[in-house]
Amino acid sequence: MKLYCLSGHPTLPCNVLKFKSTTIMLDCGLDMTSTLNFLPLPLVQSPRLSNLPGWSLKDGNAFLDKTELIDLSTVDVILISNYHCMMALPYITEHTGFTGTVYATEPTVQIGRLLMEELVNFIERVPKAQSASLWKNKDIQRLLPSPLKDAVEVSTWRRCYTMQEVNSALSKIQLVGYSQKIELFGAVQVTPLSSGYALGSSNWIIQSHYEKVSYVSGSSLLTTHPQPMDQASLKNSDVLVLTGLTQIPTANPDGMVGEFCSNLALTVRNGGNVLVPCYPSGVIYDLLECLYQYIDSAGLSNIPFYFISPVANSSLEFSQIFAEWLCHNKQTKVYLPEPPFPHAELIQTNKLKHYPSLHGDFSSDFRQPCVVFTGHPSLRFGDVVHFMELWGKSSLNTVIFTEPDFSYLEALAPYQPLAMKCIYCPIDTRLNFIQVSKLLKEVQPLHVVCPEQYTQPPPAQSHRMDLMIDCQPPAMSYRRAEVLALPFKRRYEKIEIMPELADSLVPMEIKPGISLATVSAVLHTKDNKHVLQPPPRPTQPTGGKKRKRASDDIPDCKVLKPLLSGSIPVEQFVQALEKHGFSDVKVEDTAKGHIVLLQEAETLIQIEEDSTHIICDNDEMLRVRLRDLVLKFLQKF
Amino acid sequence: MDPECSQLLPALCSVLADPRQPVTDDTCLEKLLDWFKTITEAGSSLLLLQENPCLLGLLCHVLKPQDLSPRVLAFSLRLAGMLAAQEDCFQYLQQGELLPRLFGEAGPLGGAAWTAPSVRSGWIQGLRSLAHHPSALCFLADCGAVDTIFSLQGDSSLFVASAAGQLLVHVLGLSLQGPAEGHPGLQTGDWPVCAQKIVSHIEESLRSAATPQITQALNVLTTTFGHCHNPWTQVLWVRLSPLVARLLEKDPVPAAHSLVDLLLSVARSPVLSSSSCGLWETLAQTLSHLSPTQAGPLALGILKLQECPQALRAQAFAVLLQPLTCVLEATAQAPGLLDSWDGTGGASVTVDTLLASKAACVGLLCRTLAHLELLQPLPQRPSPWPQAPLLGATVTILRLCSGSATPTSDAGGHLCAFLVGCVRVQRAALDFLGMLSRGTGPRELVTQVFAVLLEYLTSPDSSPTVLKKAFQATLRWLQSSPETPGCSDLDPHAQLFLRELLPVLPKRLCSPCWEVRDSGLEFLTQMIGRWGGQAGFRRALLASEVPELTEQLLRDPESYVRASAVAAMGQLSSQGLRVTPASPEHPGGQQKSLLAELLHILSTDSEGFPRRAVMHVFTQWLRDGHADVAADTERFVARVLQVASQDLDWEVRAQGLELALVFLEQTLGRPSSHCPYAVTPPVAAPPGPLAQALRPLCRVQLFEFAFRALFDCDRPVAQKSCDLLLFLRAQTASYSGPQGSGSVPEVASVEAALQRWQAGDQGQPLGYLEPEVVVAVLRSMDLEGLRGALAESSDRVEKSPQSLLQDMLATVGALGEDEADCY
Repeated sequence: MKLYCLSGHPTLPCNVLKFKSTTIMLDCGLDMTSTLNFLPLPLVQSPRLSNLPGWSLKDGNAFLDKTELIDLSTVDVILISNYHCMMALPYITEHTGFTGTVYATEPTVQIGRLLMEELVNFIERVPKAQSASLWKNKDIQRLLPSPLKDAVEVSTWRRCYTMQEVNSALSKIQLVGYSQKIELFGAVQVTPLSSGYALGSSNWIIQSHYEKVSYVSGSSLLTTHPQPMDQASLKNSDVLVLTGLTQIPTANPDGMVGEFCSNLALTVRNGGNVLVPCYPSGVIYDLLECLYQYIDSAGLSNIPFYFISPVANSSLEFSQIFAEWLCHNKQTKVYLPEPPFPHAELIQTNKLKHYPSLHGDFSSDFRQPCVVFTGHPSLRFGDVVHFMELWGKSSLNTVIFTEPDFSYLEALAPYQPLAMKCIYCPIDTRLNFIQVSKLLKEVQPLHVVCPEQYTQPPPAQSHRMDLMIDCQPPAMSYRRAEVLALPFKRRYEKIEIMPELADSLVPMEIKPGISLATVSAVLHTKDNKHVLQPPPRPTQPTGGKKRKRASDDIPDCKVLKPLLSGSIPVEQFVQALEKHGFSDVKVEDTAKGHIVLLQEAETLIQIEEDSTHIICDNDEMLRVRLRDLVLKFLQKF
Repeated sequence: MDPECSQLLPALCSVLADPRQPVTDDTCLEKLLDWFKTITEAGSSLLLLQENPCLLGLLCHVLKPQDLSPRVLAFSLRLAGMLAAQEDCFQYLQQGELLPRLFGEAGPLGGAAWTAPSVRSGWIQGLRSLAHHPSALCFLADCGAVDTIFSLQGDSSLFVASAAGQLLVHVLGLSLQGPAEGHPGLQTGDWPVCAQKIVSHIEESLRSAATPQITQALNVLTTTFGHCHNPWTQVLWVRLSPLVARLLEKDPVPAAHSLVDLLLSVARSPVLSSSSCGLWETLAQTLSHLSPTQAGPLALGILKLQECPQALRAQAFAVLLQPLTCVLEATAQAPGLLDSWDGTGGASVTVDTLLASKAACVGLLCRTLAHLELLQPLPQRPSPWPQAPLLGATVTILRLCSGSATPTSDAGGHLCAFLVGCVRVQRAALDFLGMLSRGTGPRELVTQVFAVLLEYLTSPDSSPTVLKKAFQATLRWLQSSPETPGCSDLDPHAQLFLRELLPVLPKRLCSPCWEVRDSGLEFLTQMIGRWGGQAGFRRALLASEVPELTEQLLRDPESYVRASAVAAMGQLSSQGLRVTPASPEHPGGQQKSLLAELLHILSTDSEGFPRRAVMHVFTQWLRDGHADVAADTERFVARVLQVASQDLDWEVRAQGLELALVFLEQTLGRPSSHCPYAVTPPVAAPPGPLAQALRPLCRVQLFEFAFRALFDCDRPVAQKSCDLLLFLRAQTASYSGPQGSGSVPEVASVEAALQRWQAGDQGQPLGYLEPEVVVAVLRSMDLEGLRGALAESSDRVEKSPQSLLQDMLATVGALGEDEADCY
C-alpha cells in the first residue's frame, strides 16, 4: 500500500493511494498562490497598474502541476472531499488521459462548478492580446526581478482552463450521498462521511474486508451551517490520512467573527465603505448570518450589503435548497417552512443585494457607505480589483480579509501605497490542533499520516509546541513528490465458500473451540472476489474425448495425504516402543524437544514441537514401523 | 399557644397519623417544627404536652406498625427530641417508655422505615435536640444509641453522615461538660464512659486502613476543636495527636483535605495553639509531606494565623510560591525574591505536578493564584511581600496563556502548550494582577503589566469573561498609578497607555457579543467617574469615537447594554464630555437633548434595567446640579416623578422617591425661592415661610407621588415613602408657618381620597394641593403606625401558626376533593 503525494499544500491536498490493485486519487486542490506573482487584472485599463515597475502583467492564471511521480492516466477514481479541493479537476480529467470516475456529493459538485465558473469568468472577461511564456525558461527566469526569479517550478504553471473543459470534467463526476457504500472493482469499498466543514464536504473511508484507511480532509467540529462531522465511523482505522487542518491555528473563528463585525461597524459608522474579498460560497453564508443578527444591534439597518459575483445569485439560492446537507437546526427550519439561511430575509428586505458584476444594475443602485462582498480573495482578478482601486485612496474605507488562503500583505502589494485600512481576520473553521488531538484520542487510528507541516510548530512560532500533531505512535509525515509506503501489511483476504461445498466439510475439533477440516475446491477469482467452489465431480467415463478434456481441467486431487495434528507424549511413546520389542531405548532432552535413541538399531527419533524425524540408515522397513508407531499418537484428518 | 391553634391541633395530629392522607409538602412540617421550637423555647414543654394530649397521641401512634410516611415519622422523632430537651418533660416521656420505643432498638431503627434517609436524619436530629441534660446521656448509653451513631457516620446519605458526626461531637461535649470542666487536668482514662467510648472509636478509626473512616474521625475532631475551646480539648489533642502524626507516614497521605482542616482547626483554637504539644512541628511536617495541590490550602491557612512561628510561616509561603517559581524558571527568568522564600526543596514535586497533565497544571495554578489573592490584602501577610517577582510571574502566566511568551526550556514548552487559551487561568491571573495593583512595582514591570493588559484588551481571542476581568484589572492599575505631583492629571506612563487603549474601546463597544459591549461601557463609566475632570484624559476621550458610540448604544437591543450606556452617558454629560456636533442637517436646531432621550427611555423602554439606570442618572444629576436640570428644576422633577409613578418596576418607583428626597432637601435647605425661573402662582393669603418652602414641592406634585407610593403594593416603596413623609413632617414642624390654616373641607376630601387609595382604588388623582393642606394631612396621618406595620414582613399573616395549621388541613381536604373529581 503506497501513498503518492502530489501536493505540498496541506489544505489543498492531492494524494494518490494504491490499495489492493486500485489507484485512488484523494482530492485535487489547485494552489493559486502563484497568482500573487502577477499583476491584478483590472476591468478597465489602469495606467497605474501597467506602469508599476518590476511586475509582470502578462500571463493569466497559474497552476502548480503535479510532478512526474505517477502516470495520472492509471488513476481509477478520484474522491473529492470538498469544493475547494476539486479546483484542479479539469487539468487532470482533460489533459492526462484519465478515464476513471470522479466521486463527489451533490453540493460539492454544484458549488465547485460555481467556483470554477466564477474563476473562468473573471479570467476570460479580460482577455489578453498575447500571452508570454518564454520567461518560464530557467535561463531567462534567473534574470527576472525578485520574487519572480525565486519562484519554483514556473514551468509547471498553466493557463486557466475554459468553461468547456470545466463542463467536460464535471460530466465525469458521479454523485454520492453520505454513508453510501461504493464498490470499486470488488476490491475496496469507499464511503463518504460528513466532515462538517462546508456544504456537502466529506471525509472518505476506503476499506477492504480486513483493512481500513480513513481520509480526513477539511473537517470542522464547530457548529456552523453544514451537517456535523461524523467521527464515529472513523474508528478502527489502520491508517488515517489527515489533511486540511486550519491554516490559522492561532485565530479562533469566534473571535475573528467578532473582530469582523466590530471593524465593519466602526468603518460604516464613520461613513466609510467595507470591502470583503471572498469566495462566493462557504464562510460568506455564516458571515451574512452573523451580520443579520448584528446589524440591528449596531444600528446598521440602513447600510446596503452588496454581493457581487457572476455566480452570486446561484450561490445564495443553492444554499437554500440543500436542506439535507445542513445542520439539524437549519434542517428543521425547512419544515416550518422557512428558508434555512437568514440571507433570504436580507434579500427580501433589500438589505442584501446581489449582482453578477459591476456593470449593469449595480452601477445604478450603488449607494455609499456600503459593504461589498466580492472575489477574488487573491486581489488579482475579479471585481475586487476595481473596488481596491476605487476605495484604496481613502482612509475611511476598510478592506477586511476573511479568507485564509492568501497572505494579505502579498495580496495588497501591487496596491501600495494604500490609505484604506486593512484588517486581517481570517476565519478558518477547519480543525485546530486541540480538536485534532481530541479526535485522534476518540478515533484511535493505528497510524496517522499527515503533511510534514503538521508535525512541527509553525516556523514563525517555533515555541508553540501545541501547534503540532501530538500522537502515539508519532505521525508519519509526507512532503510534495514523496512516495510513502504505508506502515501496514495486508495479511488476510476474504474468500467465500459456496454453500454446497461448506455442507460437505467435516470439521474435527482439535482443541476446544477450534475445528479443522480439509477442503478440496476450485478457487474462482473474478472482479477481485474469491470464491471456493466444489471441484467438479469426476465425470463418468462416457466417451474418451470428453473424459480426457475433463481430466485436463480437474486439478490432481487424488493423492491426498492426511493432515496430522497433536503432540507425542514421550513416556508413552517409549513404552510403546518397548512393547514393540525395542529394548534399549534411551531418551535425551534437547532444547527443542527430545531425542529417542534406539542404540541397537542405530536409529534416532528426533521429536520436536513442530516436527518429528526418524533417522535410520537404509532400513525402510524399520522406518515405516517407527513411523506407524509415531502416527498412532497423532490425530489425522 | 393561642386557643385557635389548640383547637386546630387535634385535627392536624389525626391527619398526620392517618397514612391515607399523605403530607405532600414537607416544608409545612419544617415550619410546624419551627413553631414548636419557639413554643418550647419560650415555655414548658411538659405543659404543652399536658394541654395538648393529641401530641402524645401522635407520638404513640407512629410507633404502631403501619404504613406511615417517612416524613411524618421523621417529624415525630424530631418533635419528641425537641420536647424531651427539657428534663421534666424527658422524665414525663420516659414514664411512658415512649423515648426508648422511639429511639431504641424497638423503634424505627430496626424497621423498614429506617431505609428512608429522612427517618435516619430525623432520628439523629431528634437525639441532637434531646441531648441537653445528664439524664439524656444515661438514656443514650442505655439504648445503645452511640453505636448506632458510629455506624451512621458512614451512611450512604451525606446529610445523615454529616449530622451523625456532629451529633457525636455534641454528645462528647455534653458528657464532658460536668466532670472535665471541673478538673482540667483530668486524663482521658478518668473521663465518663460515654466520652471514653467515643474517643476509643475515634482512635480506632484513625488507625484504620480505610480512608473513609479516617476522614470521619478527622471531621469529628475538626468540628470538636472548632466549636469547643474547653481545657479538655487539649487533653484530647495530646492523646490523639500521635495518631494524627502517624497518618503523615503513609504515602499518599490519606484523607489529606480533612487532615488539613483538622490541623488548621487545632491551630486556630486558642486552647490548643498556645500549648506546646508539637502542633507546629506537625504542621511543618504536613506541609512537606502533602502534594503541592493539597498543601496549598494548608499553607494559606497557616499564613492567615495570627500567631505562628516565623519559620513555619516562611515554609508555608514557600509552598504557596513554588508553582510561580516554576513558571518563572520555565521561562528562564530569575525568580528573584521568590528564591529567598524557597527553601524546602519541594520544587521538583511541584514541577512534576505542573507538567503531569493539563488539568493538574491548570488546577494548581488557579488555586495558587486564588490563595495569593486572598493573602495579599491581609495585615498578617508575609513581609517582605515579593511584589516584583509575583508581578513578573503573573505577567508571564498571562503571556503563556495568550501564546506570546517564548519559553526557553522543555518545561516551558509544555507549560505553554497546557496554558494557551486557557480561560480559567486567564481569569485567575487577571484577578490576582488586579489585586497586585495595591502595591507598587519597578517601572519596567509596570510597563509590562500595562502591555499585557493591552494585549488582552486588544486580542480578538479574549473571551467575554476574560475581557471583563482585564477591564477590571486595568482600572485598578490605572487607579494605582501615581498622579503627577502638582497637577491633577494621570502620570505620563498611564497617559501613554490610555492613548493606546482608547482606540481599542470603540471596537469593543461595537462587538457582536453583548457582554463585551456591556463590560466596555462599565469600564468607560468608571474611567470617566475617576478621570473625567483631567485634561489629558478629556482630550484623548474627545478625540476618540467613544462618546458618539456610547450614545448610539442607548438604542442597543440588549437591555443590560442600554442600562450601562445610560450610566455612561450620564457620566459623560455630567463631565461635559458629550459631543454635540453642530449638525448641518438641522442648522440652528439642537441635537435631541440627552435629557429628552433619557426621559424617552424612562417612559418607553420595555425592560427595567435601562429605566432604573435613567433614574439613577437623574438623581445624580439633580444632586450635582447638572446644567440641563438646573435650567428648570421644577419641570424636570415634575416630569420625572410623573413618569416614575406609573412605572411597573418597583425599583424605578423607589428611585423616584430617592430623587424626590434630594429635591426635598434642596428645597427645604434653601427656604427662599431658589429658582429664578419658577413662576410663583398668585395666592390669596400672604405666603408664610413654610408655605413658600413647600410650594415648589406642591407644584411638582411631589406629595401626590409620595402618597401614592405610601400605599404601593411593593413594601420597599411604601417604606421609603413613609420615611420621606416622616422626614418632611419633622422638617415642617420646625417652621413657624400659619399652621392649620388649610380649609377643613379640603383636608377632609384629601383624607377621604387617601383612604380610598389605601383600599386599593388609586384611580382618582389628588390634583394641586395647597401647602397648608399638605401639612394638615401630614399631621393627621398615623405615619409612625404605618411604618410599624410596614416593618413587619408582608407575609406576617400568612406566616402565623394558625394559618399554617389551616393550610395543612386545607391541603389534605383539597387532596380528597381532587380524588373525588377523578371518578
